[in-house]
Amino acid sequence: MQRRIYGVETEYGIIFTPEGRKTLPVEKAIRFLFEKLITTEHFLNVFLENGARFYQDTGCHPEYATPECASPRDLVIYDRAGERILEDLQHYAEEKIREERVAGKLSIFKNNTDFVGNSYGCHENYLVDRDVDFYYLAEQLIPFLVTRQIYAGAGKVFQTQEGIHYCVSQRAQHIYQKISGTTTNDRSIINTRDEPHADREKYRRLHVIVGDSNMSEYTNFLKLSTCAIVLQMIEDNFINKDFTLRHPVKAIKDISYDTTCKRKLRLENGREYSPIEIQREYCEMAKRYIEQYPVSDQLKEGVEKWEHVLDCLDDDPDRLDTKIDWVIKRKLLRSYIQKHNISWHDPRVFMIDLQYHDIRTDRGFFYLLERKGQAERLFTDAEIEKAKTEPPQDTRARMRGDFIKLARQNNIQYDLDWSNIRLGNLLNVRVICNNPFETDTEKVTELVRTIQRTNLRRTSLSKLVIQS
Amino acid sequence: MSDQEQKKRSDGGDSGEETKGDDGAGQKKIAKRGEELKEEMDTLIDEIDEVLEENAEEFVKNYVQRGGE
Repeated sequence: MQRRIYGVETEYGIIFTPEGRKTLPVEKAIRFLFEKLITTEHFLNVFLENGARFYQDTGCHPEYATPECASPRDLVIYDRAGERILEDLQHYAEEKIREERVAGKLSIFKNNTDFVGNSYGCHENYLVDRDVDFYYLAEQLIPFLVTRQIYAGAGKVFQTQEGIHYCVSQRAQHIYQKISGTTTNDRSIINTRDEPHADREKYRRLHVIVGDSNMSEYTNFLKLSTCAIVLQMIEDNFINKDFTLRHPVKAIKDISYDTTCKRKLRLENGREYSPIEIQREYCEMAKRYIEQYPVSDQLKEGVEKWEHVLDCLDDDPDRLDTKIDWVIKRKLLRSYIQKHNISWHDPRVFMIDLQYHDIRTDRGFFYLLERKGQAERLFTDAEIEKAKTEPPQDTRARMRGDFIKLARQNNIQYDLDWSNIRLGNLLNVRVICNNPFETDTEKVTELVRTIQRTNLRRTSLSKLVIQS
Repeated sequence: MSDQEQKKRSDGGDSGEETKGDDGAGQKKIAKRGEELKEEMDTLIDEIDEVLEENAEEFVKNYVQRGGE
């Protein structure tokens, strides 16, 4: 597929730290977060003007799902816009908490683990051709997904029986299966949930749940664009080598433990490759692929960055200390430890690990590094600010976003999901848009006008369905 | 699977993005930049201490989340 729809869902960690006796249950803190957003829709589940969805997920985590994006660059921008939206809501919630006369601090983290072994996810969604056999696709993709953490990992300080260990990935320790249908127990690399929110005959959804949440734009872009190019190669039957790992789930943990990225892994065919070598093979194939097949400029950019990053990892991972999350964070930790002459066991080390992911721009260490030019940017603040309220212009999200603005301005009652709009006082007018590439907002605008003219309170338009 | 021949290409100018700049620039420049970066890092750590959670030990111990997806 040359044109593809992408989406990322991010679950955030949240905690309220009381100062004094009076505390606030996290359920209530989350309600305050949502309060500003609630209009006519269901509580704790809201679609936003930029087409994204914001809701409370399993385990009391605020979750942001980007709108449908048609490119990895847009996807990174909209994922980051989610951080900024949540930060705005956090300020609002903090005010509310003060009004309740509860003293304390609300903290929200874009990471994937606490310190007692719980995990919450960052799920990537890729629209793929229904024609491609799912298990074939998964087998081809798994060695790539297992090894990509060497440039996609967010880094984590782990307390192990042998002492403190810095790992490449946050999520790796929480993966127990190759492929499965559940997301909360027995988490897998690929989840079989197949909700394309599109024509099921043509498309399926690939739901990748193995990844870390990324702070760095560079890392995030690399993670998403490399996966997209590998998918395109699989769809075009271009991959002609077999990297099936003998123990993929064990490998994912072993790789996370090995910050040299060079320890060999055994393949099913008996050969041994390091994670860098496996990635290099995929990357070399991609370089040949983009010369022979039509590929978007962004994916070409992804391949270029991919090669550069692998060269650096091969030479010395520290060369990526402004580009790749786990290396950026490790540099910060090392510098802090050195400057204060403390050990890796110091609680401040764990706190820095956590606070790297704090979404408050004035408290989060990643943002601090970014402001100091120590984390490379691919986008501008203006682009991200715009994405907070403007939907992507080249996907169905545009219809949804424009509709939400219009409906709110005109006080029209509505209900939404990814491919349906219901509106009118009895929610009896339904617009179905099963094509995520559809961008024609005229239909929606026209419909809103019709509703205004007819005044649904008196005219009973029984189940008007418009197929888009 | 279609047989995609592996064309060995003489690697011309399509090396990675930033590597070109590094080549000709010379070691001195890199060393100087290294010193600057170290100074920047020192300043940065001072700023980190300003906003670092005061009660780190307590905070980290209490940071327990319910498992998500």
